[in-house]
Amino acid sequence: MSSDTRVATRAAEAPVADAGSVWQALAGGPTGFLGSLWPLRALGYLLAGGVLGLGWLFLAVGLVLVGIVLLPTGIGVVALLCVPASAAGLAGLERRRLRWLDRRDAPSPHQDASEAARDEPGAGGNAARRALRRLWRRTKSPATWVELGFAVPNAVLSVLDLLVAVVGLGLVASQPFALFTVVGGDQVMYGEGIVLTEAAQVLPWLLLTPVFAALACYLFAALAGARATLARAVLVGPRREKELDARLTEVTASRARLADAFEVERRRIERDLHDGAQQRLTGLIMTLGLAKLDADPALVARAQDEARAVLAELRDLVRGIHPSVLTDRGLGAAVEALAERSALPVRVADGLGARRPAEALEVAAYFAVAEALTNAAKHSGASYAAVTVRGGEELTVEVRDDGRGGADPDGGTGLTGLADRLAVHGGRLRLSSPPGGPTVVRIELPWTDGQDGRGTA
Amino acid sequence: MRLVIAEDSVLLREGLSQILARFGHEVCAGVGDAPALLEAVAEHAPDCVVTDVRMPPGLRDEGLRAALQLRAERPALPILVLSQYVENSYAAELLATGDGVGYLLKDRVGDVAEFTEALERVAAGGTAIDPEVVRRLLARDREPAELRRLTPREREVLAAMAEGRSNGGIARALVISEAAVVKHVRSILTKLDLPPAPDDHRRVLAVLAYLRRPRAVR
Repeated sequence: MSSDTRVATRAAEAPVADAGSVWQALAGGPTGFLGSLWPLRALGYLLAGGVLGLGWLFLAVGLVLVGIVLLPTGIGVVALLCVPASAAGLAGLERRRLRWLDRRDAPSPHQDASEAARDEPGAGGNAARRALRRLWRRTKSPATWVELGFAVPNAVLSVLDLLVAVVGLGLVASQPFALFTVVGGDQVMYGEGIVLTEAAQVLPWLLLTPVFAALACYLFAALAGARATLARAVLVGPRREKELDARLTEVTASRARLADAFEVERRRIERDLHDGAQQRLTGLIMTLGLAKLDADPALVARAQDEARAVLAELRDLVRGIHPSVLTDRGLGAAVEALAERSALPVRVADGLGARRPAEALEVAAYFAVAEALTNAAKHSGASYAAVTVRGGEELTVEVRDDGRGGADPDGGTGLTGLADRLAVHGGRLRLSSPPGGPTVVRIELPWTDGQDGRGTA
Repeated sequence: MRLVIAEDSVLLREGLSQILARFGHEVCAGVGDAPALLEAVAEHAPDCVVTDVRMPPGLRDEGLRAALQLRAERPALPILVLSQYVENSYAAELLATGDGVGYLLKDRVGDVAEFTEALERVAAGGTAIDPEVVRRLLARDREPAELRRLTPREREVLAAMAEGRSNGGIARALVISEAAVVKHVRSILTKLDLPPAPDDHRRVLAVLAYLRRPRAVR
């Protein structure tokens, strides 16, 4: 549920995601850029990045030294484990800092904290144990090592950040400083023969300050932009975004297919009712009308036959919507019933016994089996089929026939629709159907227990 | 009289033919789809047509369309439309083509005598509107103040009138004298501010138009 919402939000933001980044500010022309806060933001980004990068380097070197020295005591191991974890911490800060320079989301490639907490078996133990466990999980994550790979060269680059920041600021400050110096009675020497001793001499040079300032602004913005792009490329990790995109596409597509399938199903039921039961009942009413006029026993007998036919029709229809034996006796019995009605001889091996999965799983599996058996009887030319039902970690149902094979999931909508229905419950459908047969349809659904005592009332 | 029947269910077609034969009518053609209906009418020039709404090829409202087309080509041909569902707009479209039309739910056929009476009324240039259509129009939630001025008996007469019954038919259905019906009808028309209509069909139109007219939300 929450992950769905997140996916949807991401998709909605995508079209405006590129708005308002430092690159756009640069592209926007000099007047807009120089008048904006972007140069200051870029400077702040560089200074903070430099401090963070170098700070992490010292921390990491310290941890490694402590780790090596204390290795025999065991605390050293913890210290060493802290090195990649600290890189992950730095990466987290870097991701957050990215938002200074562009408004795009910068999701972490790590597992969500809530998900991680859920995965953690038994949240018991004292705080130290929990912290250790968290540390170990961080260390195991591949994303952490990518972040460590980023942090080391980043430390070197952060020296460049600081250098550029300082040089830029120095350039801007140089002429005002020269004026200050001259006024204070000292002299300033600009190379061979250019010695300034009076304020009036410095004033023309002061005109250079805006040029230097503009230059510095561009320098800051370009470097900060480049650093942010690099950090985004490595730390935000296209892996997760691409994966989410792919999942979103698949979810959207399968949802549309499901909606279509439901609509088709509703039409089928409506048509079945209209062409079947309704017509027969109307016919029955007519026959009864005639019988009333003539009091003819033959007509009454016909009316009774027609009433029976309506009932049979309704029974078939209801079974098509939801077979009551499934609710009352469970999947095994329902599959047996399917087998009895099938045009093919079908052998059923029910490995579930008294165990019952959740009703939704039973329904999904039942209709998958029904479809598979129908396909086997209609298209495969098989002489028999076998259904195997098993429980455990997963509910697995296998339908095997000895037909000619070559079943194509893209050929009819049946199998795709089945796969979608199973996917709703986190399950899947595997089809093996080499030309010449045999065809095996395997349904796998993660097991969820049904309610106790259901069906015994 | 000579009839053409259009109904895609063989079961119902046979049943209808049997009932009509029982009452001395001749079914000169029983067909299963709309194009065949148009052909059969051209070939047999029947006195009356009975048709289903939903028929092949599209299984939508082909029967009704064919009926409207037939009415456009031969305005004097009486047509009775049978439907599995009540759709007030279908009734309105049929009524708009003039008198000699009927729109009934299929299960009315079971009341064999009533059904044949309605059919004969339509064949004679009258109107037959299903009581269900009338009931729905009468039961709309925002009932006008005028309707509440009617006595219960007058409401019954109004409903029968809307179904297309003549004064004699209303008298028979409600088991009252025809003079009493005439009195009730005059009272209803006055209370509802409707003009006295020269024939039954116009009277039906006036009553239905009154029932169908949009009402102000209070």
